Amino acid sequence: MRLEYIGLSELSGSLIALEGVKGVSYDELAEITLEGGERRYGRVILIDGDRVVLQTFEGTEGISLKNANTHFTGRPMDIALSREMLGRVFDGAGRPIDGLGELFPDERRNINGSAINPVSRQYPQSCIYTGISAIDGTATLIRGQKLPIFSGAGMKHNELAAQIVRQAKVADQDSDFAIVFAAMGIKNDTADFFRRSFEAAGALQRVVMFLNMASDPIIERILTPRCALTAAEYLAFSHGYHVLVVMTDMTAYCEAVREFSSSKGEIPSRKGFPAYLYSDLASLYERAGMIRGRPGSVTQVPILTMPGDDITHPIPDLTGYITEGQIVLNRDLENQGIYPPIDILSSLSRLMKDGIGEGFTRADHPALSNQLFAAYSKVRDARSLAAVIGEDELSETDRQYLRFGKLFEDRFLTQGDLDNRSIGETLDLGWKLLSILPRSELDRVDDKTIAEHYVENSWKDLA
Amino acid sequence: MIESNYIIHGVNGPVVTVVGGRGLAMHEMVQVGTLGLTGEVVRVEGGTAVVQVYEDTTGLAPGQSVVPTGGPLCVELGPGLLTNIFDGIARPLRVIEEKSGPFISRGLNLPALDQERQWNVTLAVRPGDAVQGGALYASCPETTLITHRCLVPAGLSGTVTWTAENGPHTVKDPLVKLTDARGRESVLKLACLWPVRRARTFASRLPADRPLVTGQRVIDTLFPIAKGGAAAIPGPFGAGKTMTQHQLAKWSDADIIVYLGCGERGNEMTQVVDEFSQLLDPKSQQPLMNRTILIANTSNMPVAAREASVYTGMTMAEYYRDMGYHVALMADSTSRWAEALREISGRLEEMPAEEGFPAYLSSRLAEFYERAGYVKTWEGKEGSVTVIGAVSPQGGDFSEPVTQNTKRYVRAFWGLDRALAYARHFPSINWMTSYSEYADELRPWYDKNVGPEFVPCRQRIVLLLHEESKLMEIVKLIGSDVLPEDQKLTIEIARTIRVGFLQQNAYHAVDTYVPLSKQLRMMQLILRLYDGAKAQIERTIPLSQLTATGIFQELTRMKYEVPNDQPEKFAGYEQKIDAALETVRAANQER
Repeated sequence: MRLEYIGLSELSGSLIALEGVKGVSYDELAEITLEGGERRYGRVILIDGDRVVLQTFEGTEGISLKNANTHFTGRPMDIALSREMLGRVFDGAGRPIDGLGELFPDERRNINGSAINPVSRQYPQSCIYTGISAIDGTATLIRGQKLPIFSGAGMKHNELAAQIVRQAKVADQDSDFAIVFAAMGIKNDTADFFRRSFEAAGALQRVVMFLNMASDPIIERILTPRCALTAAEYLAFSHGYHVLVVMTDMTAYCEAVREFSSSKGEIPSRKGFPAYLYSDLASLYERAGMIRGRPGSVTQVPILTMPGDDITHPIPDLTGYITEGQIVLNRDLENQGIYPPIDILSSLSRLMKDGIGEGFTRADHPALSNQLFAAYSKVRDARSLAAVIGEDELSETDRQYLRFGKLFEDRFLTQGDLDNRSIGETLDLGWKLLSILPRSELDRVDDKTIAEHYVENSWKDLA
Repeated sequence: MIESNYIIHGVNGPVVTVVGGRGLAMHEMVQVGTLGLTGEVVRVEGGTAVVQVYEDTTGLAPGQSVVPTGGPLCVELGPGLLTNIFDGIARPLRVIEEKSGPFISRGLNLPALDQERQWNVTLAVRPGDAVQGGALYASCPETTLITHRCLVPAGLSGTVTWTAENGPHTVKDPLVKLTDARGRESVLKLACLWPVRRARTFASRLPADRPLVTGQRVIDTLFPIAKGGAAAIPGPFGAGKTMTQHQLAKWSDADIIVYLGCGERGNEMTQVVDEFSQLLDPKSQQPLMNRTILIANTSNMPVAAREASVYTGMTMAEYYRDMGYHVALMADSTSRWAEALREISGRLEEMPAEEGFPAYLSSRLAEFYERAGYVKTWEGKEGSVTVIGAVSPQGGDFSEPVTQNTKRYVRAFWGLDRALAYARHFPSINWMTSYSEYADELRPWYDKNVGPEFVPCRQRIVLLLHEESKLMEIVKLIGSDVLPEDQKLTIEIARTIRVGFLQQNAYHAVDTYVPLSKQLRMMQLILRLYDGAKAQIERTIPLSQLTATGIFQELTRMKYEVPNDQPEKFAGYEQKIDAALETVRAANQER
């Protein structure tokens, strides 16, 4: 027997309330049928005795207190999963929108997932080569890591993400590789850009896309990453794929959470975001990882645009506290025409230390990257001093640092979007650049490593 | 399912309202719904009670029953805690993995300790003995490092009427029966229960006058912490809070480490488990895991359990303190705990205070940090709980409520600095903003155990760093070339201190842990160079001649070159310093 509740008792924003409801459980999925047969979906977010509040995914437009009948499905929000998802396009709530028909599901899973038991996790250690010097050399991406790109409006984060997807390769080539792309509140052009770049890389058959455009309902936007990650977990841990999840734009997602929270009348915390934003973001980002004894992995590259390029804004701030590092794009570099405009000093890969060096990349990698950081941070000091007293007044060492900074940006950071550098090329380039500096300045490298790799004046063929 | 009068009325996230009677007590544990999810009563109003549930509440419905357990949230204390890893409400994660696979499922009510495992127990009392609170009645080797000592609970006394035989026993077996003056009988076992929110008692507090030696130079030398003290490590993301906590957990000279991952990353906990199982304790050459208890309530695990996790960890730490051990509790991060308070407070619709945090934030922090201390136990031994809490201030801004309130209750403050971290200066503890109030109290200990030279050396090092920081303001404006020679020397020697002494490489086999005697020798060598160089400069010899000898560079590398067990190699550096100074002096005399 199909039980339907006729009419509603309250409407507010995307929320609807019903009274006199029995037997409904928390987080249950509801179907709302309008006059004329249009069907919408909602989720139970509050139960108070016989009063139930639903959050509708498609908004409440056109719904009145009288014209809607509600049916509770008796199960939480879930999505259909199957290997056939590869190559398909879904909307933000996991429904196919590519006109190829419904998916024949192997199983259905709750999109909220469950936490991975910390003792079941496999500590990620094998790196993913992206062919981009600034990432491979100084903020190495590790399989099973969550490494966001912090960007700003108008910067080349999409190009960078597309290049990572194109060039990413893992040490053991025979493993299955898949991409899950979650678009949240992005423009149609951006979605098109990604589709074209996946196509150009011949990867379309390995991509699952979940698209929630800027004009789509915000509630669906809250579901989008959850659907995408459920699909990613399924492919990784049930079918052994190495899944790279690209999520863009996390800022739009967080703003949707804020909008939804304020419509519920919750007490706001910093900048109007709800107090649970940290836990909410963690419930997404923590779904990256590897599991002991299972072949697959979920690696996340979320992209977020920092409002006002402010890294202390709650969205990048909370993200940085959860993710294992960050790749920060810098507008000054972007304005100088440097691509990718990665600010290596504020970028960081927390898992890098255990995934590079002897037996992983190359023995000199850790010391080299440390020295590059230390040297480049001195470039900053030298530049600000030069701005005050003029370059001519600088000491010889400071001038050498200026030269190092310039060449580092022109040669190491800068690379074409089709330029795919091997890790060896990247590291050798780093050593050549360090030869601009006198040996006595290299205080992060031991004598043995210097003897092996430091060739005086080898930078000259770069200039 | 057990029938009960209490039924669910409403659900809002982790907060569940319950109707059906007035019998529920504040902080009573309940089992909620058909799955039997664990929850705790946080508010009682007339016939309605509000319960915070420690697990995801999906699927709870009005009408499902709520079963009271009759007591507050308790943790089972006994042998088997060490080497184990628990969630925020002390459920063993390894057993959860066996039961539900790699993803944590709900409604698993598991005891903390292995109920079947046999421990080799030695009884310490005989029938007829009169015992009182704090007396040892049984012990068993828990790991290769730690002997588990079972003590009569405080407040209980009487005559032993029966004891079990020495030999293998499980935590459930009765070991001792005793009858008190009024004829009431108590049965003592290997394990006992303790409500986590209540501090365990002790005979008296003792002054905190000995340091927790960490082997980290910037901490031991500049900002030491006492055993039984409390310290905070605030810092923006990427500044190295977790790394510092890991280093302290690995190398500090506590007997037992309780490592609490509160609302942090799952991979970090995995790393701790992996690393601590492999790394050996420098003193005993046993795996570090044998002295470690891990509590992992990662950021995506339920927020209410995150709130409880700090108390679970603290109770375990106090339990071992009462046996006469020195325990260090690392809490990473207390901000996530404060945020859990905020989140739950919001759901309870309480009036928010600063930045949405509840008004009781400060008193909760105080309660937590005040459970640290160096004490005389009921048994008459000395034990301590040292608390080191990481703080993750929003936007790296130390003026936010959690950092500010924490500062009121800790006496050592190790402020991490983003700029230092960007320059890959680790540990990125900023020597200008950090402080330790323990430094003076610990002076007698340093004088006696390391040498009377230690504290004066430290003071000179601090002074040089402060002078450098003032000079750097000028250098930023006009460059270092125009400074007089003696100020150039200050900058050069401060650089040597920063790079050669304060920076410490956690991944370097020698540098990761440095004993106090080596720290002293390093300071002495740096100051020897400074004094010698100063004398030369007063004779108008330019600093550039001294730097050209490479002796400053040489000193920055000594941390790698002198192994911890070969202090005699330092003599070579003394000679090198003297030779460099002599070379410069001779060259100028000829001129």
